[in-house]
Amino acid sequence: MQTIIVVGNGMVGYKFCEKFVAQADTKKYKLIVFGEEPRVAYDRVHLSEFFEDGDAERLSLAPRSWYQENTIELYTNERVSEINRATKTISTSKNRTFSYDHLVLATGSVPFVPPIRGVEKKGVFVYRTIEDLEETLAYANTVKGGKAAILGGGLLGLEAAKAVMDMGLEPHVVEFAPKLMPRQLDSRSSKVLQVKLESMGINIHLSKATNQILGNGKITGMEFGEDDTLDVDMLVISAGIRPRDELGKSAGLDMGTRGGIVVNNKMETSDPNIVAIGEVALYNQMIYGLVAPGYEMAQVAVDQILGKEETKMAAEIDMSTKLKLIGVDVASFGTPFMPSDKGHSIIFENKTESLYKRINVSHDGKKLLGGILVGEADDYNMLLQMYQNEMPLPENPEALIIGGRGEGGVSFGSAMDLPDTAVVCSCEAVTKGAICCSVLEDGNENLKSVAQATKAATGCGGCKPMVSDLITESLKTLGKTVKVQICEHFEYSRQELFDIVKLRGVQDYDELLDTVGTGHGCEVCKPAVAAIFASIYNETANKQNTIQDTNDRYLANIQRNGTYSVVPRVAGGEITPKQLMAMGRIAQKYDLYTKITGGQRIDMFGAKLHELPLIWEELIKEGFETGQAYGKSLRTVKSCVGSTWCRYGMDESVSFAVEIENRYKGIRSPHKFKGGVSGCIRECAEARGKDFGFIAVEGGWNVYVGGNGGANPKHAILLAEKVDKETAIKYVDRFIMFYIKTALPLQRTAPWLEKLEGGITYLQNVVINDSLGIVEELDAEMQALVDSYKCEWKEAVETPEIRERYTHFVNSEETDDNIEFVSLREQKMPKEWA
Amino acid sequence: MTTLGLSTYKTVTEEDVKFWFKAASVSKFPSNGGACIKYKNKQIAIFNFTREGTWYACQNLCPHKMEMVLSRGMIGEENMEAKVACPLHKNNFSLKTGKHLNGDLEAIATYPVKVKDGFVYVGFSE
Ligand SMILES: Cc1cc2nc3c(=O)[nH]c(=O)nc-3n(C[C@H](O)[C@H](O)[C@H](O)COP(=O)(O)OP(=O)(O)OC[C@H]3O[C@@H](n4cnc5c(N)ncnc54)[C@H](O)[C@@H]3O)c2cc1C
Repeated sequence: MQTIIVVGNGMVGYKFCEKFVAQADTKKYKLIVFGEEPRVAYDRVHLSEFFEDGDAERLSLAPRSWYQENTIELYTNERVSEINRATKTISTSKNRTFSYDHLVLATGSVPFVPPIRGVEKKGVFVYRTIEDLEETLAYANTVKGGKAAILGGGLLGLEAAKAVMDMGLEPHVVEFAPKLMPRQLDSRSSKVLQVKLESMGINIHLSKATNQILGNGKITGMEFGEDDTLDVDMLVISAGIRPRDELGKSAGLDMGTRGGIVVNNKMETSDPNIVAIGEVALYNQMIYGLVAPGYEMAQVAVDQILGKEETKMAAEIDMSTKLKLIGVDVASFGTPFMPSDKGHSIIFENKTESLYKRINVSHDGKKLLGGILVGEADDYNMLLQMYQNEMPLPENPEALIIGGRGEGGVSFGSAMDLPDTAVVCSCEAVTKGAICCSVLEDGNENLKSVAQATKAATGCGGCKPMVSDLITESLKTLGKTVKVQICEHFEYSRQELFDIVKLRGVQDYDELLDTVGTGHGCEVCKPAVAAIFASIYNETANKQNTIQDTNDRYLANIQRNGTYSVVPRVAGGEITPKQLMAMGRIAQKYDLYTKITGGQRIDMFGAKLHELPLIWEELIKEGFETGQAYGKSLRTVKSCVGSTWCRYGMDESVSFAVEIENRYKGIRSPHKFKGGVSGCIRECAEARGKDFGFIAVEGGWNVYVGGNGGANPKHAILLAEKVDKETAIKYVDRFIMFYIKTALPLQRTAPWLEKLEGGITYLQNVVINDSLGIVEELDAEMQALVDSYKCEWKEAVETPEIRERYTHFVNSEETDDNIEFVSLREQKMPKEWA
Repeated sequence: MTTLGLSTYKTVTEEDVKFWFKAASVSKFPSNGGACIKYKNKQIAIFNFTREGTWYACQNLCPHKMEMVLSRGMIGEENMEAKVACPLHKNNFSLKTGKHLNGDLEAIATYPVKVKDGFVYVGFSE
């Protein structure tokens, strides 16, 4: 039994473990891991996402239980403080000593903090760990509305700028060099980027050397020159990284002159029993501050320890990068700028559109050497492939950057033209051949299963569009039909998108679009995705309000003159005289037109945008909650009075309707859905004209599904007969959940059921006989939705930022004077259209 | 009460601008969404198209049924041409040219926008 100790439970240290347990015979090796951070390894690359939801769990690369399952001994919160090479032992901050046969140093790096006077002041932060972000965020909350500077205009600095902007601070990027992203961009592209960022509200200060941080105890500003200062309330330093090499130094390993533990192409340090990988390793006299090379190093180290000596680190390491998150595409690859004796450049620039594209081509015009894309980087993956695989260029290489994809930009051909050896996912080193093989031979047919099988697209996610292309193209060669895609921005059906969102835990429309979509979205995919988020996380429409249909965005139904209607929930149609009076009083106060709806509740029309929160505030005070009449969600559950009053009634239909309406209220779905409960087969509640219906019969309830009224009336079909109430609810729970997960956008249950292969028998098998083995999951998902219900109008009324949205003008208190009413039978109605 | 017709709105190009109206602070406009501002007798919809990093402005009046609603529409893009979808009947208008993209209604008027020191300005020719 050999012992391998891994120092550092960061991204690369984790990857080492993952690759090691996948390959090694765990009976022969014991793996012990030390991490200084309190958490298990997490995805640092997507650290900024922590700002969005504060959910650290979600960033974990693997749960703690994963280490147990793989018999890895993990000690977090414990720093390795010393290596004793002679005895082959290490000791830790908790004064424990362990012996090793192989030692793996994966200690990463720390942010470089320049020795500027005053950097120790309060309000100065770095950007590396979750704890850093927590502290930054807490401080940002105390200076909301103020200014924040970011020291360093590189890749990370710009990401940080976006993050502080999202925290509600005005961002100022301060860069020492005369241009942004000096390592990746030439001056012209840098300028284009700068103009673009400025238009987004990010201020840029170039050629600034910071002399001093001003402020008494806490930062109030930065001083550059004598009369050159900038007032700021916070500072995030992002000025590069320094390897965490202190262990190597104290153990006497060979070190680089500017730090880093020297390794050869087997990742071996000057001690053959010690390897170093990731950002602490100095390879080719370079520290590589990216995950992909780190992961490759992890693979080499695993193979070397396991005796596969032929695996070695490539001589040249690709530093191509694409900026994420900022809302403007920026990418550079290969040799982004180069002396003219090496080749020539083709440059396309359109200042009004903030577009800049440059490719560098060898003198003979045959090879792509590198390039830069600013403003639009859709073709980044393809260009990168052409560069990495030295693919032949078209006769007129300028076609590669002029005329984008889709507009007949056919010069690329498709991803299928790549050689099988082309590395498509560089994080996980997955080739095109492996991806296609996973589709063609192993029968994986969507991104989810291919990702699971090959690990492609599970790292930074940048290759997802290309992996999707490869899957689609491979499926086509098998003669499989390619499914109904949502719109031009997502090459997925709603069901696939649903799975992707769930699998990846994506919670943000932009992120989804960036990772698995193209372009900037439209009025078709936005609400469809919003409904998916709602169905998975039960988030209200208030959270991402600009991707909602207008009714959801303002939580009210827009009427033909731009006013809105208000519908409180009246579960089962049961309402007390007191509630009726309250509603009457409020409607009168705001001069609303009132009418009883077909769903047994009361609709109040003619509310102006700014009146909505006022009206709701009063309604909520009276105990009402939103009726979601505006949403693609449960509308009402209609009922007859049932055995409570009716002499024919077989059971209590009102109680059941109230219970079931309260159970499903707020659940958003592909389309609106309605229910009905009748107390006997006279069917006064018209339950069979609804998406789901219950009818009381001798010995229990009959359950019907898939009906609707409207333009194409359809009677609901019998799903189960004479079942007790609990069972009836259970079946309908599963039916609704299954529908939510698999229907097309805006497809009601009736057409869905019609299209479902096998129809009602199939549905019965799924929800009653569990033929797909998913009922447990469906039950849990439904219960989670039921448990997390909240009234979104209450949320809106109580949250000042949401309330602020209810104003017609953002620069004036006036109301829309275009709205006119005329009278109608003692009430009012909108004036006829002009 | 004034009901203002289509004739109130005429496209203004960057060259035509005689006056940059300071409309409101950047924070009043949701990212990738819009809000409405008032300038004299005009209602102007302004969109903060964060994903593109561009700002757009157009008349708030939808020429279909003459309602002041475009600022509440969803924005997006078709073949990379930025557009807004009217919340009432989903008529799509180009935010660049004002052209009606899914039918042949009259084009809507568009206006230049600039952002300076955290404020949004709309260019008018009068
Ligand atoms: C905000 C941000 C965005 C980024 N974006 C990208 C991107 O888009 N693309 C990209 O390729 N890269 C990106 N990176 C860089 C990427 O995160 C790093 O390349 C990667 O994390 C390096 O992995 P590592 O394991 O070498 O170091 P780390 O992930 O830093 O892990 C090292 C770990 O070792 C621990 N440690 C150190 N010393 C000891 C000790 N003595 N005992 C025990 N534990 C110790 C540390 O606490 C740390 O947890 C980004 C980084 C940040 C901060």
